[in-house]
Order: sequence, then structure tokens, then C-alpha cells
Amino acid sequence: MTTDVICVENVYKSFGDNHVLRDFSMNLHHGENLAILGKSGSGKSVLIKCIINLIEPDHGTIQVLNALVNTLSPESLDELRAKVGFLFQSNALYDSMTVRENLEFPLRRHWSKELREKGAEAAVMEALDDVGLRHTVDMMPAELSGGMRKRIALARTLILRPAIILYDEPTTGLDPVTAREISNLIVKVQQKYNTSSIIISHDMNCINITSNRVIMLIDGKSYANNSFDNLRKSTDTRIKEFFE
Amino acid sequence: MESLFNIRSPFLEELGDIARFSGRFFKELFKPKQEYDEFLRQCYWIGYKSLSLVAITAFIMGLVLTIQSRPTLVEFGAQSLLPKMVAVSLVREISPVITALICAGKIGSGMGAELGSMRVTEQIDAMDVSGTNPFRYLIVTRVMATTCMLPVLASLSNAVSLFGGYLGVNIRGQVSWHLYWTQVFDALSFGDVIPSLSKTFFFGFAIGVVGCYKGYNSRKGTEGVGRSANSAVVIASLLVFIIDLIAVQLSDLLGLT
Repeated sequence: MTTDVICVENVYKSFGDNHVLRDFSMNLHHGENLAILGKSGSGKSVLIKCIINLIEPDHGTIQVLNALVNTLSPESLDELRAKVGFLFQSNALYDSMTVRENLEFPLRRHWSKELREKGAEAAVMEALDDVGLRHTVDMMPAELSGGMRKRIALARTLILRPAIILYDEPTTGLDPVTAREISNLIVKVQQKYNTSSIIISHDMNCINITSNRVIMLIDGKSYANNSFDNLRKSTDTRIKEFFE
Repeated sequence: MESLFNIRSPFLEELGDIARFSGRFFKELFKPKQEYDEFLRQCYWIGYKSLSLVAITAFIMGLVLTIQSRPTLVEFGAQSLLPKMVAVSLVREISPVITALICAGKIGSGMGAELGSMRVTEQIDAMDVSGTNPFRYLIVTRVMATTCMLPVLASLSNAVSLFGGYLGVNIRGQVSWHLYWTQVFDALSFGDVIPSLSKTFFFGFAIGVVGCYKGYNSRKGTEGVGRSANSAVVIASLLVFIIDLIAVQLSDLLGLT
């Protein structure tokens, strides 16, 4: 029996007359890499921002690690967010801080017993080793390339040892080689830390490499829910157009 | 009557939002685990890094006020009152208000632009999702630093502008250092200094809250950042004058003038 770490039920979200999510439901199993595929502007990013409560849905329930996110107190929400990593499309590195300070920042509030024993320096170095960028520790984000920034953003996400990681278009704006490296890194992270992940993307190579299951978000709903290979064989025209 | 309650004014809505923002500031201020290191860093940036600008402006202000006032006093044969007049004008009103306006321009716009740029590049969202409470880290520290540093800067401004006044008095006349300062301190009482310094706490609070509010709620990309910085300066400057007006009326009512 699989356990669900995220359960989204009947979620609606509109911005004025733009109905982004309409009765959207999904679940994420423990240890699974789930890809959400959809066109630009289809509401993929809105969905994962609803999951982490950066955006409040108009209607519906979202359960993360058995907690209803929209009913939590600010303190409980902070505790929950420490268990859920979020990799932003723009990386969102703190540009006035060095790489070391960027990685240490989440630790100021959330020191687990394991991290306390290890110490901040060791935790930072281990996270940088995971993404292969130990030498950048004293550099500023502006000195890094796009791919390196993405890796540092992932290292910052990993430092709190999250149970779930939400990736918002992790390969957008990267060249094909770097995009493949990032996709492989996502798989490596999942295997090493046994995390569960949602990967928002419209990069078919990335989805092929990383996902165990794919949900297609079309017209605000879960249009299809299957493995990448089964979706590729589909004869449905709306699914086929993504694979052409 | 019903239509009266249905009036929606963007200005009133914004005022309400700023009040709610200030309320959240006080709520977060008294919670444990404050960011003291960041507060000190902000004090350094807001206070120490504004020293030279405030000092130069204050010096010129004192010098110019003295030079401009002299002919009028000479006309009435009252040039011996020049140090006293300059001291009361500077300490009571001109120095704190000009310091606050300089800070509204420098600090208010800086905060609006910095926080606005952090908002549009999702850095504030990144702090939020890592569970680190960006409001406490970014807002509480900045507002507290501005509130604490404005009186320090205004005190420095008082001292430097009075020194400028001393040089101004001696350009055309001859007043000894000792005589000048004796006249200055004779003219000033606690009733001049305390209300004048007290209102700078409120100036600092207003500048901090407006700068942070505008930056924290910035939207619409780089254009939004520019607008945040700009409106932070405009609103903060306006608030400085409104607070000054209220402070003067209160001092008058309390018999401190």
C-alpha cells in the first residue's frame, strides 16, 4: 500500500475572470517523482504555490504530510514548510549574500537534531558536494552561470533535508546539456534522500528522465494521469501535441 | 447613508493597508527569536552610512540660515540675538524636519527599491517557503533601525548645523566660540529639545513603515520596483510634515513651546 504525502482535492483558483484551476485533484505518493505537464499559463506554478500556501486556493483542500495547509497557524505552517523544499523557476537566490550565506539562511530557524550535531559548515559543504559545487562557497550569485545558480538553489533546498521537493520548471532557460545534468541531479537527489517530488515542466526530456508518473494539466483539470511511456503512446490529440 | 459607506477610495484603502502592516509589525516585534544581527546591520546602513550626508546638509543649513537672517536682524539692531534665533529655529524645527526629509529620500527609496526587487525576483517568497518569516527578518529589523537611528541622526544634525551657524555668525561679525555657545544654550530649554527629538522617533517609524510597506507589496516587475521606491519617498515625506504638524500642536497644547 502506498502512502500519500500530498493530497489535493477539488481545488479551484481564479484570478479575476481567468479560471486557472477548476476542480483539480491529485496525490503524490511517498518516494515518487511526479511530473505535472501543461502549456505555459496553464496553472502549473499556481498549483505548487497553492500546495505550499504561497497562494490560497479559492476552494478545495490541500493536505501535505497529513496537515491541512490552509488551516495551519503561521508557526505550524513555517514548521511544515521546512519539510517541503521549493526550487523556484528564477532560483530566487538572495543576491546580496554569498553562496554560504544563502545556504545557511534556512538553518537560522530550523535546526534539526541531525544538523545541530553536524554543524552549519559541514551541512553547507555536504549540500554543495551533492550538487558538485563546493568551490563556489564564497562566491556571490551574480558570479555564477545559470546552471550553477540552479544547482545552488537546489543545494539550499536540500540543506533542511526536506521530505518533499517541489521543482518549478527546473530546466527552463538552460542549454540541453545543462538541462540534462539538472534532470539527472533531480533523480540522484530523490534516490539519495528518498524524497518525494513534484516536477513542474514542459521540457519533455526532463520529464522523461525524472518522472515515475505524469499528470497533464489541461483546462485547469487533471486531463491525464499515467506514466510517461503510456502517455507517449496515447492517441488523444491533446496529449499527442506535447510529444510531437 | 448607505452610499457613504460604499465609497471606495484607493487612498483610504492604502492607508488601511499601511495601518494593518504597522499592526503586524507590532505583533511580530514582541515575539521571541528576533533577528538582532540583522537589526544591527540595518542600524549600520541606515545610521552610519547616512552620517556624512546628514552632516554636510546640516552644516550648510546652519550656515545659510545664519547668513540669510543676519540682514533682517541688523535692520532692527538685534544682531546680538542671531545665535539665539538660529539655535531655536534649527533645534526646534528645521534640523529634525530636514534630517527626516533627507532620510525619507535616501532610506525610504532604498528600502522600497531593495525590498521591491526582492519581491519581484521571488526572494521574499523563497524566505517564506523555507519557513524563516521574512516579515521579522526584513521588516521588523528595518523599521526598528530607522526608528532608533533617526533621533541619533537628528541630534548630530543639530550639533553640526549649530556649528555651521557659528561660522555664519563669524563671516561678517566677531563672536567668540565661548560666547556663541553660551548664547545658544541660554536660548534652548528642555522644552525645545525633548519634543523636537521625540518627534524624530515618529518620523523614523513612518519612514521605515512606508518604505518597507511599498517594497514588500511591490508588484509588476521592474516598473513596479521603480514605482515603489518613488511612492515610498512621496508618502514618507508627506507623513513627516503631517507628524510635524501634529507634534507642534501637541507641544503647544502641553505648554512645551
